[in-house]
Amino acid sequence: MADEPLVLGIETSCDETGVGIVRGTTLLANAVASSVDDHARFGGVVPEIASRAHLEAMIPTVERALAEAGVSARDLDGVAVTAGPGLAGALLVGVSAAKAYAYALGKPLYGVNHLASHICVDQLEHGPLPEPTMALLVSGGHSSLLLAPDITADVRPMGATIDDAAGEAFDKIARVLNLGFPGGPVIDRLAREGDPAAIAFPRGLTGPRDAAYDFSFSGLKTAVARWVEAKRAAGEDVPVRDVAASFQEAVVDVLTRKAVRACKDAGVDHLMIGGGVAANSRLRALAEERCERAGIRLRVPRPGLCTDNGAMVAALGAEMVARNRPVSDLGLSADSSLPVTDPHVPGDHDHDHLHEISKGNLYS
Amino acid sequence: MDTATPAVTVALHDGQSVVAQSSQVDARRHGELLLPAVHRVLDEAGLGLDAVTDLVVGVGPGPYTGLRVGLVTAATFGSALGVPVHGLCTLDGLAYASGFDEPFVVATDARRKEVYWARYDDARTRVTEPAVDRPADIADLVAGLPAVGAGARLYGEVFPDAREPEHQSAAALAGLAAERLAAGETLLDPLPLYLRRPDAQVPKNYKVVTPQ
Ligand SMILES: [Zn+2]
Repeated sequence: MADEPLVLGIETSCDETGVGIVRGTTLLANAVASSVDDHARFGGVVPEIASRAHLEAMIPTVERALAEAGVSARDLDGVAVTAGPGLAGALLVGVSAAKAYAYALGKPLYGVNHLASHICVDQLEHGPLPEPTMALLVSGGHSSLLLAPDITADVRPMGATIDDAAGEAFDKIARVLNLGFPGGPVIDRLAREGDPAAIAFPRGLTGPRDAAYDFSFSGLKTAVARWVEAKRAAGEDVPVRDVAASFQEAVVDVLTRKAVRACKDAGVDHLMIGGGVAANSRLRALAEERCERAGIRLRVPRPGLCTDNGAMVAALGAEMVARNRPVSDLGLSADSSLPVTDPHVPGDHDHDHLHEISKGNLYS
Repeated sequence: MDTATPAVTVALHDGQSVVAQSSQVDARRHGELLLPAVHRVLDEAGLGLDAVTDLVVGVGPGPYTGLRVGLVTAATFGSALGVPVHGLCTLDGLAYASGFDEPFVVATDARRKEVYWARYDDARTRVTEPAVDRPADIADLVAGLPAVGAGARLYGEVFPDAREPEHQSAAALAGLAAERLAAGETLLDPLPLYLRRPDAQVPKNYKVVTPQ
């Protein structure tokens, strides 16, 4: 449908330079340049390395996305960008580029929330989001349960991790087992050959008096490390596959149990799972099983849309355009701790005229 | 445009002289200030961005986070407008603005008790590569020379003869670029002069959590 908004989205909150282009809920391009290999030897994302990589990759990635989508920048209806949360210096590269594109092309600018974008991306896979949607977001940077009655205006936190993010736990356990960085994919792979019931690792915050929707993975991480160290101290071989499977089972058991419970308690019949950890095969399988049993429709985008990318930002930007949400202004800043309750960052009305003027700038 | 120092500075130059300019000194808000400044400058000149035929950006050296704002903005304008983007060393802009015709030093604040600096024979002629050092370590190399830039003011014991200008101005940068382009010179690629490797804490080998 040609009258749906054509939006370019830029994502630079962590180590992926992502540029996506969508028309409404249709994905046209999803170009990603990752600096993950540059961080591998440090065992985690190094902010300055990520920022440098974003600067190098920014223009080529935008140009690749435009070519892939087969659209001209002058036909865009808006430019969206992750305004936060994320790494401050990394965000700033994307925000600066988005502002410059919006200004040069005379297009409206939308600074949007990274977490809301992770939810909204599922529109590109499974069509418009049901309202409300319950979302479980799990990655190296976040683990939250969010209730979204309106992804452009109303996102409510239900619960979050009180210590490590789920993806972080995968990275740390991979380090304990000397499996390298990032830990998610390799643990997923080894776990398929291991026994998830081999070792009874603890399920954090699942007691009757614990916060129903919050997560904690720090105790689990310590328990796994102790178990592995005890084996090593005793001179025994560490059954890496069983440890991986049992650790992974503990994580996804808690995640899915709490997500399903949140859906039931809130009377929501849809669960969306997003973020890098949503690519985990066991999480997908167990969520499928438990949602089916509870009569909940599960929506998980393909892995390439779960990890950080520009298409998710474009998807939320397109929804902002479609719902006529106020634009951001050219003074938009990167906000490393943008609250999840702010799906986007509208500008001051005083500055709106900048956009009116910039519209006349070019190609009008 | 230059965002490699605390100054967020933008100027429009028509090849002969500066048409409009804006400079704000705020080391923490490059990202917020740059685009509105670009708009103000163009607005004052009554022109749109599409009137611009060449973009010039200071490539540093300078604190990285701010530096990248100018570089990515210039590169994006260049890509969107299809016009060339040229780089100039930020220190050269300060040197040009000084108007000196005797040897001198440009020193800017590199934080961490260091300066970004270079030596010049005159306002247009740099004779050393831009470098980052502790002022005390270069005292012999700069002794007896007047110095411009905020780095000179910060370290008076090494730069006793600190002079104007203190801050970078895009007007000077644009003037220098216009002069060099008119002379048929090729300027730098618009790539950052970081001069330091990224800070990267390599996590220590897996830390044992079991008490010994
Ligand atoms: Zn993310």
